[in-house]
Amino acid sequence: MSGLTEPRGAQPDGYPALDPTRVPYRVFTDPELYAREQEQLFRGPTWNYLALEAELAKPGDFRANFIGATPVFITRDAKGELHALVNRCAHRGAMVCREVRGNRKNMVCPYHQWSYDLNGTLRGVPFRRGINGKGGYSADFNLAEHSLTPLRLATYRGLIFGSFSESVAPLPEYLGPAMREHLDTIFNRSVSVLGFTRQLIHGNWKIYAENTKDPYHGSLLHMFHATFGSYRSSQDGGMVVNGAHSKMIALRAEESQEVAAYTQESVASFSKTLKLADPSLLASRPEFGRFTTTIQFLFPTLIVQQISNTLATRQMVPLGVDRFELLVTYFGYEDDDAELRAMRIKQSNLIGPAGLIALEDGYAVELVQRAVGYDNRATSYIELGGRGTGDQDSLVTETAIRAFWKAYGELMGVRWGGSADGSYGTARAD
Amino acid sequence: MEATELRAQIEDLTAAYVECLDSDQLEEWPDFFTERCLYKVIPYENAALGLPIPLMYGDSRGMLRDRVVAHRNANFFAPHLYRHLVGRVRIVGEENGVISTRANYAVFRTMLDPSDYGRSELFSVGVYHDQIVFEDGKPRFREKIVVVDTSQIPTLLVTPL
Repeated sequence: MSGLTEPRGAQPDGYPALDPTRVPYRVFTDPELYAREQEQLFRGPTWNYLALEAELAKPGDFRANFIGATPVFITRDAKGELHALVNRCAHRGAMVCREVRGNRKNMVCPYHQWSYDLNGTLRGVPFRRGINGKGGYSADFNLAEHSLTPLRLATYRGLIFGSFSESVAPLPEYLGPAMREHLDTIFNRSVSVLGFTRQLIHGNWKIYAENTKDPYHGSLLHMFHATFGSYRSSQDGGMVVNGAHSKMIALRAEESQEVAAYTQESVASFSKTLKLADPSLLASRPEFGRFTTTIQFLFPTLIVQQISNTLATRQMVPLGVDRFELLVTYFGYEDDDAELRAMRIKQSNLIGPAGLIALEDGYAVELVQRAVGYDNRATSYIELGGRGTGDQDSLVTETAIRAFWKAYGELMGVRWGGSADGSYGTARAD
Repeated sequence: MEATELRAQIEDLTAAYVECLDSDQLEEWPDFFTERCLYKVIPYENAALGLPIPLMYGDSRGMLRDRVVAHRNANFFAPHLYRHLVGRVRIVGEENGVISTRANYAVFRTMLDPSDYGRSELFSVGVYHDQIVFEDGKPRFREKIVVVDTSQIPTLLVTPL
């Protein structure tokens, strides 16, 4: 994948190549690596999800967000054009946009009232010539030289991305055909935003990235469907991988097949006796053929999810090496009828921070963060489905996790396979 | 019903409701609601924007029971205690036997897992918007909308508010 497989830092001499089946846990606790991510990853050759265009429908609409630790905001100007800007006054660094979202004609920094157009151009500075001929800026002060820092902005099918990089591949190429195809399916017509949820998870953002690339845990950590015997999807499906991007697709299958598989494997808590008292919770309407669940990960911080009729983008906002916020934006389509809209709302019980089939993910991330400690030598074991990093037509695989670490390592130029000072695990020659 | 008697019954209902949750008697929780009901926990962010997505949603006692069965049998989470503090309940209206009330709440969560055993934190703060009806002389929630100011949920929300 262009932009992600290009190493930014050369592999230092004397260190074995990255082994994506043995990832040192220090990647989740190392503050130096976190600082390096800000520069090489979030400010590097990546496209970072910022919002849905549907959130900025009207001229003057704006929305604050973050790329890594850098505050940014997106605007739609009077002409209808979108802009992405660093949310930092060109004067002395105060945050200019102080609301999460809203509609304004311009942006005024509250500190000294420097005033900017919605495209970031500085328009006014109070007391520019001083007072009574004293103070103020010199005659050669040029407003045009003090605009807000712009980011590159690109949209695909109504998703807005921003980048600090001049060299990153154009967005369609960055995503690649397989990832684009899925966005073409989910964003096939105008969407309307149904709401937001936020979660503060006390773990490194990459533990959650692994989680969303891990179909193995789906029916094992999340026991709701198994408990109520309501499991309609199956282990039928597969993983499509493009470097650090991936999509997981679970397909509809015969229920009897699923029950048999659970019984055979004696998976904990499977029960034929517990039934939902009110099965209207699971009332759904097929929208995407045989797809029951699709989880698409677009590096570095976006997940696009379709679980039954729930549609959402999830954005990881790293808040430190051991904390991130998960911001979920729920949507439907503008042409949804009342029944389908009601289904999406009721099914939102299943996902999000209180989701009956999802709430465990935040817990799992924290269990990992708490357990890895500061053990410099310990690594994870990522060999489910072999050691490769390609597509697999199975959901009992960790191929997308391996592909993630491979691409991440190359982008970050980290000393993976082990180093003399033990900073990234024990040596393990490939 | 006398106003003071009504107020006493509503305050008792509120106290019993939070005691049920705080003492882990979740199996009794659905019985605080009418058979057809609306229990909705919604982030302040969505309520303020007029957007419908809830954190939890149940429109029947059965759906609330399913939440409890999932809590006991299906969901994995760090064991914890709740302690609700509810402000004075204000009666904001009464129409056709439906009493509308409002009250602020705060929930402190105390963790019981090995990593954080005994650590308490403010978990959630917000407002209850309730509709109460009497069935066979017993007050029940026909509607309970929990608007959660703490839109950023710490880790997860599994026990009802």
